[in-house]
Amino acid sequence: MAKGRVAIVVERCKACGFCVEFCPTKVLALSSAFNSKGYHPPHVVAPEKCSGCDLCGMYCPDFAIYGYKNPVTKNEAPQPEAEEVRNEG
Amino acid sequence: MTTLVNPTPINPVEPFLRSDRMPHIWCPGCGIGTTVNCFAQALIESKIDLKTLALVSGIGCTGRVAGYVKLDSFHTTHGRAIPFATGLKLANPKLNVVVYSGDGDLSAIGCNHLIHAARRNIDLKVICVNNLIYAMTGGQTAPTTPGHAITSTSPYGTFEPAFNLPHLVEAAGAVYVARWTTYHVRQLARSIGEAFKKKGFSFIEVISPCPTLYQRRNKLGDGLDTMKYYKEKSKTKHGAPTSEIGLTMQGEIIVGKFVDRDRPDYSALLKAQMHESLGERYVDYDEEQGYVCADGGCAEDSCH
Ligand SMILES: Cc1ncc(C[n+]2csc(CCOP(=O)(O)OP(=O)(O)O)c2C)c(N)n1
Ligand code: SF4
Ligand code: SF4
Ligand code: SF4
Ligand SMILES: [Mg+2]
Repeated sequence: MAKGRVAIVVERCKACGFCVEFCPTKVLALSSAFNSKGYHPPHVVAPEKCSGCDLCGMYCPDFAIYGYKNPVTKNEAPQPEAEEVRNEG
Repeated sequence: MTTLVNPTPINPVEPFLRSDRMPHIWCPGCGIGTTVNCFAQALIESKIDLKTLALVSGIGCTGRVAGYVKLDSFHTTHGRAIPFATGLKLANPKLNVVVYSGDGDLSAIGCNHLIHAARRNIDLKVICVNNLIYAMTGGQTAPTTPGHAITSTSPYGTFEPAFNLPHLVEAAGAVYVARWTTYHVRQLARSIGEAFKKKGFSFIEVISPCPTLYQRRNKLGDGLDTMKYYKEKSKTKHGAPTSEIGLTMQGEIIVGKFVDRDRPDYSALLKAQMHESLGERYVDYDEEQGYVCADGGCAEDSCH
């Protein structure tokens, strides 16, 4: 299991690409999907490479993405790749 | 079965934001939001009691920070963030007072306040987001606009020599001076944390993209292109002589901590002078009671 995961607040994203460019392990890419403002938010293309370092979160000028260390699990179970948080404006 | 020891964490920056005001007005690829992440990270790492913190902004795109942070904050008039902040600090010396504003606000209309606060060594932490332009009002030439840049008021190129802000504030007396760009997120967060530990006038310049007005007119691409330029052309030189770090258009950017020194701050000088002149009659600021007067020691307003 990957060390970390990202959560993406799709509706806040303005598609600047900072998170995609500066993720040290190239976990992200801008998707072809649109959010309601017409921007292409990032999506996860290499989930296994995410360290949860939150560098994407530090760069994101729109507070639309953040990385975190995966919760410690007793037994490994498949985890979703990224969460889409929709309700934060 | 999976046992979750930690619940899904939230964005570490979120508790510092007025989430109900999101999305913010800053343009796609604007660097101001990135500086806010660094500021929030510095607050987390330095474990500052948020009750002792006040953030003061002037007017401009950067000035909007005061309205987006969930802290005691003050969105003042253009150029006057430092005088407001000075008043806050002197009336309540326990406060950690941060001034968060733009290059135009701090170094054009507010420049006298900037240099005199540095001269007096008032204990303020100044974060200056320098996007090389007056952004909010349409991209006019600022005192920081580098030579040759096209702006709305210099359609044939800027020819005025620009301020080198670290040099200016060092000469005026600042005790802590650093410069980073929005590419240097970890370094900037660390630097803000260091400034919180200093007593006296601290100044951190953050070079930041304004893709809408500066980069576009100069055909320099978008925010991401600018971030790549920062990455490629920045050189870290701690302790570099500030006289040698002026910015040029698309040239090398010297970043780092340039000044870290100690000298008595305004409050300490005031206290020393008053003790010398008034002796016993002068009573120091009291952590518990605030300012009290020597006659009767009352802390009531009616007494002053
Ligand atoms: C007394 C006064 N003069 C002029 C203005 C117009 N004004 C608003 S913001 C601004 C410049 C802001 O530039 P800067 O501080 O660099 O902020 P930025 O928008 O670039 O972040 C000016 C001239 C004003 N609001 N009040
Ligand atoms: S948390 Fe780190 S590794 Fe994961 S996507 Fe963000 S920047 Fe990349
Ligand atoms: S850094 Fe933020 S705003 Fe920019 S593309 Fe990534 S999620 Fe969207
Ligand atoms: S005009 Fe420039 S500084 Fe203002 S929000 Fe847009 S990109 Fe940022
Ligand atoms: Mg500006």
